[in-house]
Amino acid sequence: MIKLRMKRGIHPKERKISSSKEIQEFPLPKRVIIPFSQHTGKPAIPIVKKRQEVKTGEKIGEASGFISSPVHSSVTGKVKALETVLLPNGSSSLAALIDVTGEDVLAEPTWPVKDISSLTPGEVRKITREAGIVGLGGAVFPTSVKISPPEEYPIDSIIVNGSECEPFLTSDHRLMVEHAEEIFKAAQLLKEVIKASHGYIAIEDNKPDAIEAFEKLVSGLEAWDVVSLRTHYPQGAEKSLIKVILNREVPMGGLPFHVGALVQNVGTLYAIYEAAVKGVPLTKRVVTVTGDGVPNPSNYMVRVGTNAREVLEAAGAELDNLEKIIFGGPMMGLSVKTPDIPVLKSTSGLLAIKRAYRGKVYPCLYCGRCVVVCPLQITPTRLVKYIQAGMWDQAKKFGLFNCMECGCCSYVCPSNIPLVHWIKYGKYMVRRMETK
Amino acid sequence: MSTPILSIITMGSIAAIFSLIIAIAYRKLKVKVDPRVEEIFSVLPGVNCGACGYPGCQNYAEAVASGAAPPNKCTVGGAEVAALVAKIMGLEAGEVERKVARVLCIGDREKSVWTAGYEGPQTCAAANVAGGAGKACSYGCLGFGDCVKACPFDAIRMNDKGLPVVYEEKCTGCGLCAEACPRDIIVIEPIEKRTYVFCSSHDSPKRSREVCSVSCIACGICVRLSPEGLEMKDNLAIVTDPEKVSDQAIEKCPTKVLFKI
Repeated sequence: MIKLRMKRGIHPKERKISSSKEIQEFPLPKRVIIPFSQHTGKPAIPIVKKRQEVKTGEKIGEASGFISSPVHSSVTGKVKALETVLLPNGSSSLAALIDVTGEDVLAEPTWPVKDISSLTPGEVRKITREAGIVGLGGAVFPTSVKISPPEEYPIDSIIVNGSECEPFLTSDHRLMVEHAEEIFKAAQLLKEVIKASHGYIAIEDNKPDAIEAFEKLVSGLEAWDVVSLRTHYPQGAEKSLIKVILNREVPMGGLPFHVGALVQNVGTLYAIYEAAVKGVPLTKRVVTVTGDGVPNPSNYMVRVGTNAREVLEAAGAELDNLEKIIFGGPMMGLSVKTPDIPVLKSTSGLLAIKRAYRGKVYPCLYCGRCVVVCPLQITPTRLVKYIQAGMWDQAKKFGLFNCMECGCCSYVCPSNIPLVHWIKYGKYMVRRMETK
Repeated sequence: MSTPILSIITMGSIAAIFSLIIAIAYRKLKVKVDPRVEEIFSVLPGVNCGACGYPGCQNYAEAVASGAAPPNKCTVGGAEVAALVAKIMGLEAGEVERKVARVLCIGDREKSVWTAGYEGPQTCAAANVAGGAGKACSYGCLGFGDCVKACPFDAIRMNDKGLPVVYEEKCTGCGLCAEACPRDIIVIEPIEKRTYVFCSSHDSPKRSREVCSVSCIACGICVRLSPEGLEMKDNLAIVTDPEKVSDQAIEKCPTKVLFKI
């Protein structure tokens, strides 16, 4: 076992109150809402019609480009309508409303299901593509694209990302404890696909039971190591993880393959295993329902498209008494304006907050705390000054598009300046200007 | 020779040599400037709004003088400036179409539903990034006044219910407000066009009805009554020909978003 820790960043209170709760299968909802835009890249193109019968795992949206992903029905039922619905980020997307008509009938997979050891790299790429598998850590980038790097960049290391550095969330933790073997098998499969020589399983030290489970699996294997990371945020971000474990820095605007690394979240690996071995596409994921507004914090295996209201109510949340509902973790998650939003492939957690922290915004003190904690070594205070003044060229020069919006700067700011919000605004304005 | 006389002679001759060089350079490297550029620039309003399609008034003056642009592009100056520019150029002024901004949303704070609070930076663009503040409608006006800040003519103001109002007599149709609006609900149209569907929502009829009392619910009554004046596009009726919108269609609109101002 290797022990490492990251520099910079912060250590907020962990509050992993649901870490001992086993993953429960969430009951079949009456209706699911499945948006066609759940991934990075172009939205999928609908291939179902109104009133059409669909089976569980049947493809309902086809990928519309290289960086895109198909979408599958998560239930057996009838398509009620195709209409625009609200997504957690406040935008709208076309979605299929499917009324459940009965018990699950699995659709025939569109890829060959055979022994996991006899799969060729091409077949694995096809499976990840066809099964609609995207990065479940939060970025929802299509996995098939990620495991097909250009040939001039050989990949030597694969990192299994089980760090789950966000406070509150425990979905990856529970998955690692309960399904370590499946995750490890999928990791080994991917290691063969990208021809990496070494694999690392990165887990933070606040999950000793997960570390133990993987230690057992890798014992005796030369090519694998379990890395125990000192709990820190945002250690689980791809670039931070590569820096900590491999001591390589991903260049500005670059991707992990530029430095010969591949990082895969444990949830994604579990989805790959399910698709390759059982022929089930990505139609459900583990969602942690937690926060001070939830009496029974739980981890549920929820079907994609289930209304978040149902999931929150199942855990006992009183929706009328909440101040905030957050999709994802408290640091990078999205605060939503209504609970009637479907659970997406990217939804790792649902946070119900009864009392949110509010502070008056004061002018910048130039104390430099945000500069100290920024894991990407941007100077947030300066950057935000440029954004507020509308100096977009300068903002770009100071790393506007390098920011991963981890929120460390806003967290430590003694003046309560919403730095990340300003940066998001700056990115939006620059993109808008460039497209016009 | 005494020192003062010597220095006067040296300095004087150096000055003479340099002035000669400058005189030659002035003749040889002279850039011919069209005197009309200066003239045109002096009659333009000088607000650099960009409505003509050029970055500023100077660029437009140059373009007109070189013949690349017609003299009637300045919407701010209107017919008056066009006539002056045309006179300088010795051209016909041509007609100037008077355009104004129209805000295609009437869902103010009382009529639209707000489901959450918002405490971030008080600009529409920033609120739009954060999922549109607390406004349930994801197409309507956010009411932080980015358009008001963008207007160089003080022609758009917020009313007390958080909705921008365009003062027609001041509006020059430069389009800066439309550019500033993150939700693209401001359009620049000829002043004669006065009939609009004052809604920009493409939401499903059910959702539109839930989030705002004055939204187009895509019922299609107006399109049925004046099929030549309106068309239904992605859950939103759009006026294509204001002349052909019948009074009956305006009267029958169930949410009263189709009207003449």
